[in-house]
Amino acid sequence: MTVRLEATTLVSGSAQAETLVLSEPLSFWGGLDSATGRIIDQWHPERNDVMNGRILVMRAGRGSSSGSSVLAEALRRGTGPAGIVLLAGDAIVTVGAMVAAELYGKTCPVVLASEADWAAITGAGYLAIEAREEAAVIEI
Amino acid sequence: MRVQLSTFDQLLLAGDEGEAAAFAMRLLVRFAEAVGAARFVDIEAAHIDGCLYLGEVSLDFVEHLLRLGGRVRVPTTLNVGSVDLIHPELFVGSDQVGRGGARLMKAHEELGCVPTFTCAPYQTIFRPRFGAQIAWAESNAIVFANSVLGARTNRYGDFIDLCCALTGRAPYYGLHVGENRRARILVEVESVPEEWAEAGLACVAVGHAVGRRCGDRVPAITGLPASTSEDDLKALGAVAASAGAVALFHAVGLTPEAPTVDAAFQGRAPEEVIRLTAEDLRETVRKLSTVPDGTPLTAVSLGTPHFSLAEFERLMPLIDGVRPMIDVYVNTHRAVLEELQRRGWEERLRAAGVTLVIDTCTYVTTVMRDLSGTVMTNSGKWAYYAPGNIGVDVAFGSLADCVASARAGKLVRL
Repeated sequence: MTVRLEATTLVSGSAQAETLVLSEPLSFWGGLDSATGRIIDQWHPERNDVMNGRILVMRAGRGSSSGSSVLAEALRRGTGPAGIVLLAGDAIVTVGAMVAAELYGKTCPVVLASEADWAAITGAGYLAIEAREEAAVIEI
Repeated sequence: MRVQLSTFDQLLLAGDEGEAAAFAMRLLVRFAEAVGAARFVDIEAAHIDGCLYLGEVSLDFVEHLLRLGGRVRVPTTLNVGSVDLIHPELFVGSDQVGRGGARLMKAHEELGCVPTFTCAPYQTIFRPRFGAQIAWAESNAIVFANSVLGARTNRYGDFIDLCCALTGRAPYYGLHVGENRRARILVEVESVPEEWAEAGLACVAVGHAVGRRCGDRVPAITGLPASTSEDDLKALGAVAASAGAVALFHAVGLTPEAPTVDAAFQGRAPEEVIRLTAEDLRETVRKLSTVPDGTPLTAVSLGTPHFSLAEFERLMPLIDGVRPMIDVYVNTHRAVLEELQRRGWEERLRAAGVTLVIDTCTYVTTVMRDLSGTVMTNSGKWAYYAPGNIGVDVAFGSLADCVASARAGKLVRL
């Protein structure tokens, strides 16, 4: 049975993919190799995992403000995530996804989920995101 | 939530101030709605982190703005680039990054930005005043401007920083707003290891712990050593903003919005109290090194964030005499270089085997000659990022430890 969860749109778009759930926030700068989509932060619990084409689920953003460029470059090259689900709004992630959409027309929806739904979202192996300007829906 | 637009904002959007400003304002409006800002505020200055070549997207964005006739509307400084334009021969990376990086730096100058190329713009003539509304990027510069100077900026990133500079406007939310600047977490440093002669080590250890445990919640720190200097607070903020998302900290009795604990918390109670002991700090510093004492080193790297003149004043007495067995790099910026030249120190540093790196930094680009082994640093931020960025093992220690290790060619501690 499909469960539909309400979410807030940070960057609009739609995506359906397997999830990559991060147990700690990731700084894209210094943490993501935009050539391969691989997590290269050696201190990160999910290091060496690849986010290419998956929906990235992480509580919050972290670290250097250069993260926006790294995310946008990964999306340009097609190595970035299909979508991003956050629990706390993050400007660096939002801008990176917005610029990839503006310059290249590559969409990576970014949505803000609510705390009550977090366990269900991180537990699902596969998500569908439909993020419109006014509101977003996450389907499990 | 819809953001409220002033008459000027509407003129910007309509293209009255040019197509580039209109494009920038469109991005800013969507950004403001994403972060929940109610309106925009005028800014006095901007600091841009877009000079580092992180792929074609870096150049595509700026060239797009130039094609649209873009020009910054407020004094705008630039963060480090990918190449040292003063010493281009130091660059040993790929042609694409070398050419793209140099073009990117030049393109930002064409937008009217000042070629400071430093991650420490707060230690130049562009140091913001207390209370100034600014739009800054670069995590260490953000945390320094907010914490040590009492200027007001959020954690702006690439692209949006330039949009603010092109419009002179920033979304009014977060740390632009006085009440959001109050501390939430009290961090009590109960004791500092007696064997640490420099306050710098304690500040890096505290900064790392604060970053790991506070995330983006504002901490107020008590119990830092009395000898804590501006450069120590710079190191604290830099590592806190690397290990966490700290954009503002208060150091009670040291930073301008925290004359007292009560002032830092704006009269409210802490949500959490974290106590750090000397053993916690020792453990944090131990974990910053990926190798044991005695490990052979290939290089020492200092100046992340960029070395200030005061830091050179501490370094100079340590370097004369025995030459180091390995490469020693110090990252700094053009204004400091001019002063080093005026004092005759540039020559003394070169004679002592020190390579000065200007306009960039050893862990964001390829200037170090040997990346095959372990590099030692006194920077918590460098220690945090370099293993992932340039693939080296890292040893962390005090400034004096770094100089002694450079002479020994291996990791030693005084």
